[in-house]
Amino acid sequence: MAQQPSQSTEQKVIPPAQTGAIWKTFFILVVLTVIEFIIVAIMPASQMRVAIFAGMTIVKAFFIVGEFMHLKHEVKSLIWMIIVPTIFVAWLLLALMYEGGNLYNPLR
Amino acid sequence: MSAIHAIPAVPEKMTWSGGSEPLKASYGKLMMWFFLISDTFTFSALLVTYGMIRFSQNAYVGLPENFHFATTHWPVPDKVFEALPFLSGSYPLFFVGIMTFILIFSSVTMVLAVEAGHRGDRADVEKWMLWTIVGGATFLGSQAWEWGHFIAGPHDLSLAATNLAGEPIVGANLVRNPYGPPAFADLFFFITGFHGTHVFSGVILNIMIFFNTATGMYEKRGHYEMVEKVGLYWHFVDLVWVFVFTFFYLV
Repeated sequence: MAQQPSQSTEQKVIPPAQTGAIWKTFFILVVLTVIEFIIVAIMPASQMRVAIFAGMTIVKAFFIVGEFMHLKHEVKSLIWMIIVPTIFVAWLLLALMYEGGNLYNPLR
Repeated sequence: MSAIHAIPAVPEKMTWSGGSEPLKASYGKLMMWFFLISDTFTFSALLVTYGMIRFSQNAYVGLPENFHFATTHWPVPDKVFEALPFLSGSYPLFFVGIMTFILIFSSVTMVLAVEAGHRGDRADVEKWMLWTIVGGATFLGSQAWEWGHFIAGPHDLSLAATNLAGEPIVGANLVRNPYGPPAFADLFFFITGFHGTHVFSGVILNIMIFFNTATGMYEKRGHYEMVEKVGLYWHFVDLVWVFVFTFFYLV
């Protein structure tokens, strides 16, 4: 497309859209969200449920970042530059959630 | 796929003036990624604060059907957010679910616009950008309704939830919050408000991109990389909502 200047618009050929992978990703995201709603409706709150939701959220994040933001198809070093800081942040989130439980109960 | 993403070769004289692309991503896209990772830290700070405060407060103990609102324990989100516009009755988390679908769908239309940009299909880029703008604006409107409902309470006070003393719960703001501990409403306004601000700037950026596409600026330039860069930002906003949805509404 770059080598086709705009003055020759009448002979510009636009290739057909290839949207199969996009709609597949959309379908996966919608199904995961629906399953989350079903879990909210049928499963009482527990540590297990929190873990299930956290896991499903990470799967959804994988599809959004990997496919929609195209990170899966970038070079390896860029992928790791994004993932490694994110892992540290996720660890901080888990650690402080755990510490929060002990904030007012130092002897528990 | 790889042929589509190939970037034109850099002239020799550009090598030391930002022309070379060390990670095979253009300057603009790389900087967008770095901005997004720093924005991740900002949002994570809010979510870490939420997680820490949430688990430092008492949880509700007892059967879900006996739940009552009190400032001594953290409220269960599906008891707080259970209203729908134009309807009365209890629809736990339905509205926030609809908002989630709207945002995921606008993310899909954005990626379709990026795909159309790769093909140089100006009409398709315009079409999908318009749908993305519509989706973002609908989300913002829904969030405004949700905030309004949370602040003002239900129109018919006889339908409002009550606390143990039988007084109706008439809504919350930063000063007064009958749903639970004071931090609950503060964190709700902060986290969803900060995300809503991002959606708002995203909609503005999308409108600018749509305008530039419609006036033929990108066609003259020969590529639609601006659509990709703003697309990265828009998907990030969707991604943050997935996390806010899980940690604020589901857990």
